[in-house]
Amino acid sequence: MKLCSAFLATTALTLAAGSASAIDLTFVSWGGAYQNSQLKAYVEPYVAAHPDVSVVWDESSSEAVAKLRAMNEAGNLTWDLVDVTIADAMRLCDEGLAMEVDFDTMLAPAPDGTSASDDFGDLLLSECFIPQIVYSITFGYRNDVAEWNGATPTSVCDVFDTTKFPGKRSLYKGPLYNMEWALLCDGVAKEEIYNVLGTDEGVDRAFKKLDSIKDQVVWWTAGAETPQLLADGEVVIGSTYNGRLFSVIAEQKQPVSMLWDAQIYDLDGWIIPTGLPEDRLQAVKDFLFFATDTQRLADQAKFISYGPARKSSAPLVGKHQELGIDMAPHMPTDPANATNVVMMDFPWWADHRDDLDAKFQAWLAQ
Amino acid sequence: MSDTTQASPMKAADGTPLKKSLTRALRRQKLRALALIAPLLIFVLFTFILPIADMLFRSVENQIVGDTLPNTVQALKAWDQASDEAPGEQVFRALSVDLQVAAELKQHTRLGTRLNYENPGVSSLFRSSGRGADKIGKDFQDRLVELDPAWKEGETWATIFGTDEWLAAEAAWDADRAGKQPAFRMRDGIDEALPLTAHAYQVFVKDVQGAGKNPATTKPWRVFYDALSQDLGANPDPASAALPSAQATLIAATSTAIAGDSFSYKDAFLDMDTGWGAVSTWETIKAYSAPYTAGYFLNAVDLEKGADGIAVRPPEERIYIKLFARTMWMSLLITVSCLVLGYPVAWLLANLRASTSNLLMILVLLPFWTSLLVRTSAWKVLLQQQGVINDILVWLRIVDDGNRLVMINNQMGTIIAMTHILLPFMILPLYSVMKTVPPTYLRAARSLGATPWTAFWRVYFPQSVPGIGAGSILVFILAIGYYITPELVGGTQGVFISNRIAFHISSSLNWGLAAALGAILLGVVLLLYYTYDKIVGIDNVKLG
Amino acid sequence: MNIAPDIPKPSLMGFTLPVMALAGALVGYVVGTAKGNVPAGIAGGAAVAAALAFVLAAFVPQRTAGRIGAAVVFAALGAAIGGVAGGVAGILIGLVLSWIAYWLATGAYRAGVPVYATAGEVLWHNSFRVICGLIFFFLIAPIIIVLPLAFNAENFFTFTPKMLALDPEGYSLKHFRDFLSNPDWTRPLKNSFIIAPLATIISVSLGTLAAIGLSQSHVPGRRAIMAILISPMIVPLIISATGMFFFYSKLGIWMEDTVGLSKDISGYIKVVLAHSVLGIPFVIITVTATLVGFDRSLTRAAANMGAGPVRTFFKVQMPLIMPGVISGALFAFITSFDEVVVVLFVGSASQKTLPWQMFTGLREQISPTILAVAAVLVAFSVVLLTTVELLRRRSERLRGMSPT
Repeated sequence: MKLCSAFLATTALTLAAGSASAIDLTFVSWGGAYQNSQLKAYVEPYVAAHPDVSVVWDESSSEAVAKLRAMNEAGNLTWDLVDVTIADAMRLCDEGLAMEVDFDTMLAPAPDGTSASDDFGDLLLSECFIPQIVYSITFGYRNDVAEWNGATPTSVCDVFDTTKFPGKRSLYKGPLYNMEWALLCDGVAKEEIYNVLGTDEGVDRAFKKLDSIKDQVVWWTAGAETPQLLADGEVVIGSTYNGRLFSVIAEQKQPVSMLWDAQIYDLDGWIIPTGLPEDRLQAVKDFLFFATDTQRLADQAKFISYGPARKSSAPLVGKHQELGIDMAPHMPTDPANATNVVMMDFPWWADHRDDLDAKFQAWLAQ
Repeated sequence: MSDTTQASPMKAADGTPLKKSLTRALRRQKLRALALIAPLLIFVLFTFILPIADMLFRSVENQIVGDTLPNTVQALKAWDQASDEAPGEQVFRALSVDLQVAAELKQHTRLGTRLNYENPGVSSLFRSSGRGADKIGKDFQDRLVELDPAWKEGETWATIFGTDEWLAAEAAWDADRAGKQPAFRMRDGIDEALPLTAHAYQVFVKDVQGAGKNPATTKPWRVFYDALSQDLGANPDPASAALPSAQATLIAATSTAIAGDSFSYKDAFLDMDTGWGAVSTWETIKAYSAPYTAGYFLNAVDLEKGADGIAVRPPEERIYIKLFARTMWMSLLITVSCLVLGYPVAWLLANLRASTSNLLMILVLLPFWTSLLVRTSAWKVLLQQQGVINDILVWLRIVDDGNRLVMINNQMGTIIAMTHILLPFMILPLYSVMKTVPPTYLRAARSLGATPWTAFWRVYFPQSVPGIGAGSILVFILAIGYYITPELVGGTQGVFISNRIAFHISSSLNWGLAAALGAILLGVVLLLYYTYDKIVGIDNVKLG
Repeated sequence: MNIAPDIPKPSLMGFTLPVMALAGALVGYVVGTAKGNVPAGIAGGAAVAAALAFVLAAFVPQRTAGRIGAAVVFAALGAAIGGVAGGVAGILIGLVLSWIAYWLATGAYRAGVPVYATAGEVLWHNSFRVICGLIFFFLIAPIIIVLPLAFNAENFFTFTPKMLALDPEGYSLKHFRDFLSNPDWTRPLKNSFIIAPLATIISVSLGTLAAIGLSQSHVPGRRAIMAILISPMIVPLIISATGMFFFYSKLGIWMEDTVGLSKDISGYIKVVLAHSVLGIPFVIITVTATLVGFDRSLTRAAANMGAGPVRTFFKVQMPLIMPGVISGALFAFITSFDEVVVVLFVGSASQKTLPWQMFTGLREQISPTILAVAAVLVAFSVVLLTTVELLRRRSERLRGMSPT
C-alpha cells in the first residue's frame, strides 16, 4: 500500500511538472531523418531562443488528412502545425481543415527585401500551404546484383524490364508516381501523361503496364521501407524520397546508387490546422515566421538532401553537417540530376486522387 | 416433519413465513451481486459499448447528401430516372445554389468524396464544379451590383432578411463585442417570398456568426445574387413581407430590370463538366439522398444499388467477399496450426513434474508478454529472402542461392507470424483442461490391454476436447480481428478484412464502409462467441 | 523413485557407437558445408563422435570431467579450423556431443518410460520430446534471434558479415545508449510506466468486484452481463479504437472545459480509461476462474464468527483469490503496456507510449533501437515471469500444497 501511494505521488508530480511549462506545441511530421532535419534546423534554434516553448512530435503526417478530419468532427484539435505534401494540403484546404495563410504578413521577406510571396514564387500552389522543400521521388538500386551482369539501370523504364534487371522492386502503395511512370514507359509523352490518365482507357493502360511487374513488387507505405529493403537486398530497385536514398548511400554507405531519370518533383511544407485557440495560433505563427526564413530553409539542407523552397536560400546551401560533403550535387534540383524530370500536376491530382485511389486499391486486391 | 407442513407454513426465527424470508434473502443476495457488478458494467457500457455502437451506426448514416444539397434533392424528386435523360433546368437551378453554398462552407469536396465511393469520378466532378458554380454566382453579382451598388453591402441583405430587433441586437453586440451574439431572427414571410435566398442567408449567418463576425458588416456571399435572381424570376413581386421601404423599392426595381434576362443553368453546368449530363451521376445522387442508407452494407458484400435495384458489382470491384473468405480461411489455418503445435506442448506441460513444467511455462509465456511489434519484426528478420532462415538454408545448401524461399509479404508470412503470436492462447486453455485429466485413466487403459494409440484416442483425447474447443475459438476470434501483424508481414495477398477496415478509416476516409465491414465482422465474432459460450461456457477459459 | 539403476546399459558397439556416429555425421555435415567439403565432413564427424563416445563410455565415468574435457578438445579443434567463431562453435559441439554420449551410454534415454516399454515406444517417447523441443524453439527463437541485432553497429535490421564473424567492431551498445538517452524513447517509456499501472489498478479493482458479484449463485442476466464485460476482447481493435476516439474526444473536451483539467492530464485520463477497459476481460476471466474453486463455506464460517462482509472480504476471500487477481493484473498490465492501436487514436503526442513509438519506429525510421527496446522489455518480462512463478510457489506453500 505504501509503495502504491508513493508511486501515485510520483505520478502526480511528473504530471504536474509536465504541465508547468508555458506552451506545449505539437508538430506533426514524417519521422526519421527528415523530422530530424526539421528538429535540428528549426526547432532546436527556436526553442533555444524561446525556453518557454516546448515541442512534441507526432509522426502522423501520412495519416494527416484522416486524423485532422476526425479531430475536426470531434472538435478536439490536438495538433498545432502539420507537415504535409502539397497534394494533402490542397485537400485539407478544400475541406476547410487548413487555415488560409497571408504569405507576406506571416512569413519573413528574403534578406534583400524581396517579399515572401515573390521569394517562394510559383511554389505557392495553395492558399493554405507554406512550402518548405522540393523533393523528388526517384529510384535507388543495388549496384552489386550479380544477375545483372554488370549492367546498371539508366532509365526509369528499366524498372519495368524484368528480363534485363531481374529481382524484386519496391513501389509506393498508391496511384501517385506509379501511374505516371507506367504511362511514360508505355510510350506516352511526358506532356501528355495527365491528359491520358484523365481517361478510363489511360488508367487501364497504366494498370496493364503495372500488371507486367505486379508479382515482383513489394509495396511500401512509409519512406523508410525502401531503404531498409535495399539495404537487406530484399529488393534490387525501389522508389522512395531522394533524401532517404542519400542517407542510405552517403551516411550508411550501403551498395546502393541513385537513378535520377524521370524523378518526380513534389513539395512538402507546413499547414496550420483551422480552429487553433488564439494563444497557440500566435505561438505557431511566431515559430513559422522564424522557421521559414531564408537562412533556416538553407540550414535544413545541411541535414538532408532536399532543396529549399525559397529561391533566396539556394545560394546558401552548404556542406553536410557531419559528413562535410557538398550538398548541392545531391539536390534533386541540381542541373546534373534534373535532366529528365516529370512535373507533377498537383491540381489535377487534387481532383482525381479519390477516383484513382479507389481504382488502385481495387486493382491491388485482385 | 410432515404434519407441521400440513398444519401451517414453516416459520423463520423472527416469525415470518420461511418462504417469504427465503425470497427476501434471495432478493438481497441478487441485489448485492448486482451492486458488485454495477460499477464495472456501467463503466464498460458507457466507455465501450456505446462508443462502439455509435461508430457502427455510421454504416447507415447518410445525412451529408440531404444536408449539402437540400434544394437539389427536393427538386430531384420529380425527376424520372427511367427517362434516360439528365434532369431538367429546375434541378440545375437548385444545384447551382446548393453548390455555391457548399463551396462557401467548403463542404462540396466532402460530398464529392462521399459520392465517389458509390460512383468513381464524382469527386472530381464536384471539385471542378465548385469552382465553376462560383463563377456563375460572380456573373449574377456583377449584373445586380451594376443595377444598384447597394447590393454589394452586407447591410442591405441583413435588413431584408433579419428582423429589426435582431439587427439592433447585433449592432449592439458589435459595438462592444461582449457576450454571445444574438440568435438570428428571420423577418416574417420573407422565406416564402424569397425561399432560396432566405435559406442561403440563414446558412450564411450561422457560418459568419460562428467565426465571430457580424453578418451585417460582412461581405455577402455570391450565391445570394444567383438565388435572388432565381427567386425573383419565380415570383417577380415579393412585396408581401413588411420590408422597410428602401429595400422594397430596391427589390421591385431589380425584379423589373432582370425580368427579361435568360440564363440556362443546365448548359452552364454541362459546359463545366459533361459529367452533369450523365444519368448515372444523377442516379447516384438520387439513390443516396435519403438520410439513412443500406449502401455501405451493400458495398461491403460487393453489391451496389443500381438503376434497377440491387445488383452485383463489376468483377474488378468485387473484393470484400473475397477478403472475408480469406480472413475466415486463414484464421482457420492459423487455428489448426496452433492446435497442431499447441496440443503436444500442452500435453507435455500437463504431464511433467510441476517444477519442470513451470519452467517450460515461462518459455510459453515469454513470447506472450513480449511486445507484439517486436515479435512481428523478428519474423521479418527471420523470414525475408535475405533473412536468417533463408541464409541458413542456403548455407547448408538445402536451397539454391538463386531460389530463396519467399516466406514473407504473402499468406505464409501472415500464417507463420500469427501462429506464433496466438500459440500461447491455444496452449493455456488446453493446459488448464489437461491438468484436470487424471493420468491414471491412461495407465488403466494400458493395463486393460489398449495399445498406446487406442488409449490416447479413446480415453485421453475425448477428455481434452473442451480445451480444444476453448483454445480454438479463442484463437480464431482473436485471429480474425488482427491487423497489425498482417499489415507488416502480409504483403497484398496475406492481409485480412481488418486491414481493409483500417485502410478505410485512415486513408480513404470511407468511415461508413469501414463501419459496415466492422459490423459484419463483429456479427461473425459474436456468433462465434455465442457458439463458444454454448459449447464450453466462457467461465472455463483459464489463462495461466 | 529412481528407476535408472534397473535399466540395463545398452550395448556399446551395437547401439551407442552407431547412434553417436549418426549424430556426429549430422554435425559433420554442417561443419563440412561451412568448409566446403561435405563428404569429408560427414565421414570425419561420424568417426570423431564415435571415438568420443567410446572414450567417454569406457574411460571417463565422471560426467562433469568428461563433458568439460570434450568441450576443451572440440574448442581447440574448432579454433584450429575456424578461428574465434570456430572455437565457440567447438565448445557448443563438444558439450552437445558429450551430453548425447552419456545420455545414450548410461541408458538415461529410457528414464522417462516404464521398464516394460518396447523399443518403438522408447523411440516415440524421445521423438515426442524432440518435437516438443522444436515447438518450444519455434516459440522462443524469434525473440532470441533478434536480440543480438540490438547490438548491431549499423542502423539496419540485418546481420552484418562482421557480426557473423564475431568481430567486436560489428557490435555496439549505441542503440541501448540511444534508447536510454534520447527523449524520443525515454518520454514514451515514462508514459508507458504511468499509463499501464494506473489502467491496471482500475481494471483490477472494478474487475475483481464484478467477478465476485458474478460468482454469486443467483445473478439475473448473467450470460448477457458476462458477454458485455468480455466484449472488449472480442471486438476487433481497430473498430474499438475509432469508436473510442469520438467518445474520448467528447470526454476530453468536457474534462478540459467543465472540470478545468489541463490538456495533458485529461489526455492521460483518456488513455488510462481506454486501456483499463481493454484489460477488464482478462481480469474477469482469471478471477472468475479462481472463484470457481473457492470454498464458499469459508465466508460463511467467517460470517458465523461475527466478521462483517468487508472484513471477510479482505481477511478471508482476498488472500485466497490473490493468485487469480495477480495474474489478471499482469494480463491487464501487459495489455496496456503492449497496446498500440487504441493509443494511436485516443492519445495525443504527449501521451505517446512505448509501443506507439516502436510502431512509428518500424514504419518511419527503421532503426535497431527498437530491438534494444525489445531486449530491455524481454529482460523485463523475464523478471515479471520469475516474480509470478515465485509468488505462485509461495502461495502454494502457504496453502500447504507442495509441488508434486
